[in-house]
Amino acid sequence: MQTPAPFEYERAGSVDDALALLERHGPEARLIAGGHSLLPMMKLRLARPEVLIDINDLDDLAYIRLDGDAIAIGAMTRHAELLDSPLLAEHHLVFREAERVIADPVVRNRGTIGGSLCQADPSEDLSAVVAALGAELVVRSRTGARTVPARAFHTGPYETVVGDAEILTEVRVPVRPGAGSAYEKVERRAGDWAIAAAGTFVTLDGDTVADVGIGLTAVGAPHFCAPEAEDALRGGPATEDRLAEAARIAAEHTDPSGDQRGPAEYKRHLARELTLRALRRSVARARGEGV
Amino acid sequence: MTTAETDAARADAEAGATAPRSAAGNPIGFGRMLRKEDARFLRGRGRYLDDIQLPGMLHGAILRSPFAHARIAAIDTSAAEAHPKVTAVITGATLESLGLAWMPTLSDDVQAVLATDKVRFQGQEVAFVVAEDRYAARDALELIEVDYEPLEPVVDARRALDPDAPVIRSDVEGKADNHVFDWESGDPARCDEVFAAADVVVRQDMTYPRSHPAPLETCGSVAHMDPVTGKLTAWITSQAPHAHRTVYALVAGLPEHKIQVISPDIGGGFGNKVPIYPGYVLAVVGSIVTGAPVKWVEDRSENLMSTGFARDYHMRGEIAATRDGRILGLRVDVVADHGAFNASANPSKYPAGFFNIFTGSYDLQAAHCKVTGVYTNKAPGGVAYACSFRITEAVYLVERMVDLLADELGTDPAELRMRNLLRPEQFPYRTQTGWEYDSGDYPRALRLALDMAGYDELRAEQAERRARGELMGIGLSFFTEGVGAGPRKHMDILGLGMADGCELRVHPTGKAVVRLSVQTQGQGHETTFAQIVASQLGIPPEDIEVVHGDTDQTPFGLGTYGSRSTPVSGAAAAVVARRVRDKARLVAAAALECSPDDLEWEHGRWHVRGDPSQGRTIQEIALLAHSSLELPEGVEGHLDASAVYNPPNLTYPFGAYVCVVDVDPGTGRVAVRRFVAVDDCGPRINPMIVEGQIHGGLADGVGMALMQAIAFDEDGNCLGGSFMDYLLPTAMECPPWELGETVTPSPHHPIGAKGIGESATVGSPAAVVNAVIDALEPFGVRHADMPLTPAQVWLAMQGRPARTDIAVW
Amino acid sequence: MQVTMTVNGAEVTRDVEPRLLLVHFVRDHLGLTGTHWGCDTSNCGACVLWMDGEPVKSCTVLAAMAAGRSVRTVEDLARDGELDPVQQGFMQCHGLQCGFCTPGMLMTARHLLDRDPDPSEATIREAISGQLCRCTGYQNIVAAVRWAAEHPHGAAEVDDEAVTQSAPAAPGEGRSETEVSA
Repeated sequence: MQTPAPFEYERAGSVDDALALLERHGPEARLIAGGHSLLPMMKLRLARPEVLIDINDLDDLAYIRLDGDAIAIGAMTRHAELLDSPLLAEHHLVFREAERVIADPVVRNRGTIGGSLCQADPSEDLSAVVAALGAELVVRSRTGARTVPARAFHTGPYETVVGDAEILTEVRVPVRPGAGSAYEKVERRAGDWAIAAAGTFVTLDGDTVADVGIGLTAVGAPHFCAPEAEDALRGGPATEDRLAEAARIAAEHTDPSGDQRGPAEYKRHLARELTLRALRRSVARARGEGV
Repeated sequence: MTTAETDAARADAEAGATAPRSAAGNPIGFGRMLRKEDARFLRGRGRYLDDIQLPGMLHGAILRSPFAHARIAAIDTSAAEAHPKVTAVITGATLESLGLAWMPTLSDDVQAVLATDKVRFQGQEVAFVVAEDRYAARDALELIEVDYEPLEPVVDARRALDPDAPVIRSDVEGKADNHVFDWESGDPARCDEVFAAADVVVRQDMTYPRSHPAPLETCGSVAHMDPVTGKLTAWITSQAPHAHRTVYALVAGLPEHKIQVISPDIGGGFGNKVPIYPGYVLAVVGSIVTGAPVKWVEDRSENLMSTGFARDYHMRGEIAATRDGRILGLRVDVVADHGAFNASANPSKYPAGFFNIFTGSYDLQAAHCKVTGVYTNKAPGGVAYACSFRITEAVYLVERMVDLLADELGTDPAELRMRNLLRPEQFPYRTQTGWEYDSGDYPRALRLALDMAGYDELRAEQAERRARGELMGIGLSFFTEGVGAGPRKHMDILGLGMADGCELRVHPTGKAVVRLSVQTQGQGHETTFAQIVASQLGIPPEDIEVVHGDTDQTPFGLGTYGSRSTPVSGAAAAVVARRVRDKARLVAAAALECSPDDLEWEHGRWHVRGDPSQGRTIQEIALLAHSSLELPEGVEGHLDASAVYNPPNLTYPFGAYVCVVDVDPGTGRVAVRRFVAVDDCGPRINPMIVEGQIHGGLADGVGMALMQAIAFDEDGNCLGGSFMDYLLPTAMECPPWELGETVTPSPHHPIGAKGIGESATVGSPAAVVNAVIDALEPFGVRHADMPLTPAQVWLAMQGRPARTDIAVW
Repeated sequence: MQVTMTVNGAEVTRDVEPRLLLVHFVRDHLGLTGTHWGCDTSNCGACVLWMDGEPVKSCTVLAAMAAGRSVRTVEDLARDGELDPVQQGFMQCHGLQCGFCTPGMLMTARHLLDRDPDPSEATIREAISGQLCRCTGYQNIVAAVRWAAEHPHGAAEVDDEAVTQSAPAAPGEGRSETEVSA
């Protein structure tokens, strides 16, 4: 069995503790939460941090709660908790639908939202969800906290704005009264990474699309979102033709790369097809139709 | 009836559904019985290879080539040797000095244990480190510096024989190409005639891509060469411990009586654990060099990238028929990718395995196949993964061709099959390529499968759905297996005839020990073989201990693969039990003071014909045989017996499968909705175990058809080197299996049993693929190669399915 | 470094490297070899055990991360020699063949039943979807978990005949038909 290269292990008892450890050990230190992305990379020796800072004791970062006009999700909240959360299901079904197809139930017992977002895999599901919902991410350092829009969080594949001595502590998802949302994913097999996936929300004012968010993953959509498509849809009627046009625009702005999951043209096709499907169901849900 | 038929009928009657029950509630013979081996597995008390800990044991790890084809300019091991926990570093040069750098393969080729001149596939063994623990061994691998000079690789099997292709096997003197063998079967001239006269000829190219058996436990070995006794004890994840022992003796020049090979509990084999791998040899060398036991266990990537793969057949099929749907002939041209060494584990006279059974279940006038084996810069192997020596490829070919023909003729594929299946009165049936099918009632099996599936209703539903733009597919496959290799006159591996021994010892109290030459990897031998002996002797199965997997404890035999355990070793067990029964008759006659001819056997007891009160149970007879009773001539004492079973023919299980799929027209995603499997393996010794074997094979079929394949990029990099990339089906992709059975005993097998281990893996992929292609009919799709991933299905809908053996995206 | 944790109810302390994986800790350091491993990428689930009451893939947890926590392995399922109903179900329904995936499957099944005593077949399939079995095609594993759901106190309430002779109770899961030669 594959084994990681040697490293030093530290366990943080608090966020401040973790920040202090990060500062002390410098850029070769890595935080480890669920570890289900990092440890396999370390076993393959594709990642070799010198120090691992275990933040699994930071139970105070595991929460999902209503906080003003947002749902605040602690970065250490596990996927299983996100899947089971009645609060998230009530406001944003897209979370539940995405969580249902992230890895598998046992992995979801360990993996965290913070870890998933910070790993910044270009096929990561929650990156598309938080991009679609226009979430804000709270990043803390020793000197304070800053809030980063989800759509500005990722700076490239496996790269985020989180600095060497910073921690993502919270994800703030706006409550959007009346919103309908949905997640559509195609994978090669249960538990596999997405070939392509789309998460969307829609709010309606009568039959007019008052607001819309479109998130895409695994298809090279800049910042996991499709603002051009949102602009095209927002402010007009939620007709099938207009949803289809928005889906077309969303796909047009993707830049997928071909791999064993499929050729670029197929992924672009999926971007369009899945965006359309997600939008349809989001609109139906916004209309109060049970789908 | 022949004697064999009489025996089979008698065994069937005495051990069938009416088998009496023991006090423990188990059938004393055939019938559903809970497994003996479960008790330890359920408690976490199995003893698998990596569970073995010996005092002072060291750990080995293998450095592997990152290149598919490269010259090794230099290897520097000094830093690794300086690692404080490292005991030894072994390279090809070390082995060369011992004459062990190359080892024979099971196909009479040679394979490098550690590369000396160059590496020939990505993942090839380059150096071996022995260290105090597995983490340190892994660390030390990174300290070895190898200077590679990359060479152009041969990746595409179809171009391996191009005149300008780089020559892979430069180690073979005079070798100027990548040709391994040409092999033909059938009558080409007769085929030409039949094809020329046919109304319809359909041609199709198809690839059965490279896959891997991927048992959940990887391969490994613990080797301990005792420097004092000179005895080598090797625990190996081996499906064939006796064959391994003999090959070790031949390779290493060790005296065979000083080698003990032990196969402990094995976490699945499926053919992956038949060949001899460099790692096994290296563990032995490591133990010799260090004087300590050495454990080597491969990780998952090593397993997928370097050990026995399966399939990789590039086939061009042609089928000829009359306009009214009578199939006349079949021919096929194959390029077989054998990787860098020909290590295919098949009987030596069958370089393409049993592929020439490709005429399938149909009555043809002519058939011909030609197989050309080629070397490529990929891992060696070919015969593995429950394939019955390439019958998977054969069944896939013929069952796809029959569907293509049905499409061409506009005939329903079930109707076309029914019209052309062999009829019961044609058995024994000699095929156009020389196989003699033993028994079968094929139409009955197909009818049952169609009835269970509700075939006509499914077709009606399909028509309705198509009208709504939905894509539903119904796929059929009918297969004939040939298992139980095999008659020693025709079948051997490295000169070792494929007969199996069995020994039975009956203790004074009537409890028994049966010693097998085969080895379970999950098939439940400890239960099934006890039931076989119970069926013949009337001793309750819980009173029969099954010993297997240890060459010091068991008689010689070729091992468990090719579904041969029941057809060969099961027959040996029945035969040896009958010998004990015959001996018991003599003892009983002495005790009852009558002639043996006056005795009659009832289940578990000899009694005087016409007076059942005068008799002795087998347990009583066992005690008598050990007692002071004056024994008659022909009985030296005790009831123990041994046997070697040399099968007169293969057995030919068969089955009819129906698969129903739904395809998402917008995404290409396939969902298997239903799978009906009717299998005929003769009498079922333990129906519960038989059904379990079928279930597993059906999941293989779904996996193979929809997701499992190992492709390579243009540099020869393996693209299926982990379970993230080599996808195996989960519970979510598998439908509830719907099983049916017909029972046609084999006339030549002592208990009529035909074997079941590989039937479903052999038969099911074609049904799934046929169903998907059927679903895509509105798009005019004729064929697309496996695996039918969402992308491949979508591309097929666009009219341009992709190659799946090489990276095209 | 020294790690202390509770394993199957008993506190254990060992001196280990920080990089030691939990699966190696229980197997190599504690001799609890019932927990297996089958891949390196947390895909196969052969290594599933419980940590703080939740099934986790122990090939992807460091022993150091388990320090101070509570671990339960397959060896702890049977109590006082009595098999847990899920273990009995696996035996009754032939939910195992080679036995390699079995410990992980058992641990996940036990956890599922603790949370949902009457899971549907679909729920069971989803619960074990991160665990590979190469032998059974999953059907008898699903049936085994259903058996355990239907027999929460184990075999005591099972009719002997039903145990040894009947097909596993698996409503809706497949069916079988037989035709035998005369």
